[in-house]
Amino acid sequence: MADTWSIGKHTFTSRLLVGTGKFPDFPTMQRAHLASGAEVVTVAVRRLDLAAKGEASLLEWIPKHMTLLPNTAACFTAGEAIRTARLGRELGMGDLVKLEVIGDPRTLFPDVVGLVEAARVLVKEGFTVLPYTNDDPVTARRLEDAGCAAIMPLGAPIGSGLGIRNPYNLRIIMEAASVPVLVDAGVGTASDAAIALELGAVAVLMNSAIAGARDPVMMAAAMRDAVTAGRQAFLAGRIPMKLHAAASSPMSGLIGS
Amino acid sequence: MAIQVRLNGELRELPDGLTVETLLTHLGVKATRVAVEVNETVVTKDRYVAHRLGAGDSIELVAFVGGG
Repeated sequence: MADTWSIGKHTFTSRLLVGTGKFPDFPTMQRAHLASGAEVVTVAVRRLDLAAKGEASLLEWIPKHMTLLPNTAACFTAGEAIRTARLGRELGMGDLVKLEVIGDPRTLFPDVVGLVEAARVLVKEGFTVLPYTNDDPVTARRLEDAGCAAIMPLGAPIGSGLGIRNPYNLRIIMEAASVPVLVDAGVGTASDAAIALELGAVAVLMNSAIAGARDPVMMAAAMRDAVTAGRQAFLAGRIPMKLHAAASSPMSGLIGS
Repeated sequence: MAIQVRLNGELRELPDGLTVETLLTHLGVKATRVAVEVNETVVTKDRYVAHRLGAGDSIELVAFVGGG
């Protein structure tokens, strides 16, 4: 049986979700997206630049088989996030939204109070809500209670590349959640993505780690492989950690004994 | 006759009697690429022809851009 995962009415095979920000150019972004094997791609909603007519549209560079996940990035209140989500749905014609309500410009940590408030409203309006949240198990529970289709705790601050800073909290969130848990933000390199999946995350979402790499296309391929490896290691079941050695070769039958 | 509206945050004079549909034509914007909000409520594509703009309206025209 294929190893798939589902969110709302959507089912995916790839466990890597990618972004569209900060790429050096659209052709590089497109090649990176194809190399990543990702099926879901995030986009932001912004005011149209009325002076720049005929500008190349982002959408023309996103492979057609990919599902759009509009975000509410840079919204600092529940109200702004709700309006942005509605506009994103109108633009993308889909029900998915990556819900962000930011509480602090320096760390981009979520305002979890506003997040839960916005989630409640959007769930009622029929959105499939994927909230970007802190690595806090209690907030995760509140979001699930609000009807979110997934929980997306951060590994580290957005764009920081610091990796998975609190694997224990992520494990606690995953243990308690009955909706998919995706690690969103903080990934810096392939091993970080592998760790997220090894911990039991259903998938991992990243933008900067790929877009900002010296070779975004090669990094996208590395992330694809890391996510596959991490998932397989999770399913295979790792050995327990021990303080002392446990020999792999027989200790008896040695010559000269 | 002209009316004053706020378009993407900026005060702007528009000809009176525009609908969302004719506003997009007036601005040279392709309807397939944008979403429209008037006074904090989304105007869906099926209402572009019927939705008349009035003085003092606050209009947002948005599109998808790169983001994570």
